[in-house]
Amino acid sequence: MRVAVVGVAVLGPGLPGWAASAPVLAGAAPYAPAPLALPPPAALPATERRRTSPAVRLALAAASEAAAASGRAPASLETVFASSNGDGQVVGAILEALSAPEGAISPTQFHNSVHNAAAGYWGIAVGSTRPSVSVGGYDQVFAAGLLHAAARVAATGATVLFCAYDAPLDEPLAGCRPTVAPFAAGLVLAPPGQGALARLDIRYRAEPAPPPPPAATGLEVLAAGNPAARALPLLRALARREVARLMLPMLEDGRVEIAVAPC
Amino acid sequence: MRQPPLSIAAHTAVSAMGVGLDATRAALRARRGGLAPCDLPGAPEGIWVGRVRGLEEVALPAPLARFACRNNRLAELALRADGFAEAVAEARERHGAERIAVVLGTSTAGIEETEQAYRRRDAEGRLPADFDFEHTHDLYALPRYVRARLGLRGPAMVVSTACTSGARAWLDAAALIAAGVADAAVVGGVDTLCRMTLHGFASLELLARGGPTRPCAADRDGISIGEAAAFALLERPRAGMRGGLALLGAGASTDGHHMSSPHPEGLGAAAAMRAALEAAGLAPREIGYVNLHGTGTRANDAMEDRAVAAVFGPRGVPCSSTKGWSGHALGASGALEATIAALCVEEGLIPGCLGIERADPGFESAVLAENREVPRLDRVLSNSFGFGGNNCALVIGRLPA
Repeated sequence: MRVAVVGVAVLGPGLPGWAASAPVLAGAAPYAPAPLALPPPAALPATERRRTSPAVRLALAAASEAAAASGRAPASLETVFASSNGDGQVVGAILEALSAPEGAISPTQFHNSVHNAAAGYWGIAVGSTRPSVSVGGYDQVFAAGLLHAAARVAATGATVLFCAYDAPLDEPLAGCRPTVAPFAAGLVLAPPGQGALARLDIRYRAEPAPPPPPAATGLEVLAAGNPAARALPLLRALARREVARLMLPMLEDGRVEIAVAPC
Repeated sequence: MRQPPLSIAAHTAVSAMGVGLDATRAALRARRGGLAPCDLPGAPEGIWVGRVRGLEEVALPAPLARFACRNNRLAELALRADGFAEAVAEARERHGAERIAVVLGTSTAGIEETEQAYRRRDAEGRLPADFDFEHTHDLYALPRYVRARLGLRGPAMVVSTACTSGARAWLDAAALIAAGVADAAVVGGVDTLCRMTLHGFASLELLARGGPTRPCAADRDGISIGEAAAFALLERPRAGMRGGLALLGAGASTDGHHMSSPHPEGLGAAAAMRAALEAAGLAPREIGYVNLHGTGTRANDAMEDRAVAAVFGPRGVPCSSTKGWSGHALGASGALEATIAALCVEEGLIPGCLGIERADPGFESAVLAENREVPRLDRVLSNSFGFGGNNCALVIGRLPA
């Protein structure tokens, strides 16, 4: 499948948006991790804004940046949201409440626990009625989401906003599923054409991906410690504006291959 | 956008209606529902549920034992029914294991296992060492289990868009096949009863109390939650499949309106139905029956009535909800009802809503309260709507003769 990248975004510790982060990702400036500030999404009505969790704020901030970079109207974009943990803090709070004797949970908590909560808030914020899907994928969630989004573009000709995000869980779930820091990546993918940053050729192969080298740099530690941050090799190739061939694992015996060509 | 039809080469379903298609078909024909008073420990008072009996005793194959949880047990039960696993094995010979994708929907995966683990925490609050987050709680556990169990090597996807998950999986699998990523796909959905959804819907005051759900009744008072697994094998039509069951089109939309309430006029619901009809290249009058999302809540059924009337015209098409039989199987409901739609096409059967004498007199659409036999039923539209304002519609019918 061939798709064009027409917008890109990144948010993570020491990566406060694409413009500020591109030199770091390209290797032209040092990487200095710093806590990520996540403002409540201004586009939401006040009632909804108050109800957004850190995971939703993370996803909406990256989605907004990517949509703005694409120059497309946000409400015109189909969306694919990919997250391993989803709103795992909210799910954890519900599990905690359910294990108490009375077992009562709050209605807002419950509707915020669905995996498509971020997608739902996005639709409300930008007034979109376009199709939207939310996917999981454990450690391979970025590869699964990218394959999914590229297939939507290839099959329907739609322009798709793809946002991968993951935020840390609270204990005790965090003990089973450590996530080192919040991270989100956004890509607006379109059918090949004019005005693209890069072209991606994406395919699935039923062959294992080569194991990644041990994490040495700060960015490699981040990529290993947050499923959405498996986007970093692709983001680095986009920032360097270089031809690259990437292989991302999908399960034990498969991989998603991405050939990156800057435009 | 027009999409080519995909053959439903095999399918199966397990719900409170029974294990497999014969039991499901017989329950529809006899108007015998599967809902019963809830006897699960720690559930809200006075509710009815659609529980699959004997699920706790289903064993997974030993090499896949780490996937053991209620959700994957239900998946296993369905894979064994109707020769489904054998049909996939034949497809594997035809296409190659690497060319068959697995695209499944679930809203809560194996979270029932996590609920149990939370009650077994140690003095420091840590979860027990035998709790396997990755292979039970995690959403990806479902397609990973099914893919491994069926010996497939294509891409695995899990869709989680609340109550549209199981329908949306059909739509997304069709896109993967259209894009050339796969030649066939195992699609469907699995969701199981758990305290999180029972108490969650109770907190929103959306559960029917003191009896089973009565979708589309004037005095309907909410949802009965159920559990279900439904799978289908989709592939490009082959020679000799003429007239066989098929996915004719799929459409999706969002409301952009509210997290847990649908758009009151059903604008998003109507947009999804119109997109599915457009994908199938069909006019509304070519649909013989609409299987409603029909959850039995005040808001959903009223909104859906307006949306169906807007697309098909007042009393334009017979419609009903089958959730009076199965309960609302949440992320599996769209997959279960796609399979029910396929059974209706095969049988020429339009099931009327169960447990109601007549539809809400304020409704404009033609809601049936009795079963109707028809000489031909070539195309059925099935609706699914979910939290986050997510909407999906599928058109199930027959390949051209």
